[in-house]
Amino acid sequence: MRELLGEGEFELVVPDGATLVDCWEALRARNRKIDALASATRIARNGRVAALLDERVAEGDEIALLPPVGGG
Amino acid sequence: MSLFAIVRDAIDPRTLEAAVWSEACGAVTMFLGVVRERASDGRPVTGLVYEAHEAMALTEFAEIAHEIGQKYPGVRVGIVHRIGELRVGEIAVAVCAASPHRPAAFDACRYAIDEVKARASIWKNERYADGTGEWVSN
Repeated sequence: MRELLGEGEFELVVPDGATLVDCWEALRARNRKIDALASATRIARNGRVAALLDERVAEGDEIALLPPVGGG
Repeated sequence: MSLFAIVRDAIDPRTLEAAVWSEACGAVTMFLGVVRERASDGRPVTGLVYEAHEAMALTEFAEIAHEIGQKYPGVRVGIVHRIGELRVGEIAVAVCAASPHRPAAFDACRYAIDEVKARASIWKNERYADGTGEWVSN
């Protein structure tokens, strides 16, 4: 993911009241290559995987894009 | 040593065992995941690089252990995963289960490693002899 997007951690600015869907759209606007990851990526907000992407985000939240895991 | 850890240095299975075992336990099982010399497709591997979302992985380890406590009363487990660069032969993950009797120790150890592989927020980059690498999922 980091290789595809060419960046790892960064700040994302979204309007007040934005949801995780809005964050994803902001990421797409930043880099359309992210579309290739959409089906396999889970999204976590502040360390918890979001079941629904209509969760609202707040300033300072950590949004993590999680590719399929490979531990062990 | 803590029962759940993400570490950057070599894993010592005996330290984990000591943390998990208690005097009530007559059975201890240990699974060690070790870096092997070939990828699943047969390509020679020089090593693996692991990355983790550490806070999430530790929470997931604790959740898995909690589930084991429900499924196998009296069993305690410890889970340690190493991250960073590992060479062939080095231990990437250790899971230890201690129980009064052996059936639950085997079952809990198996459950723990299967769940770690399925859901812990850890990622693996296989490094090949030609200098390239690839992220691989379980």
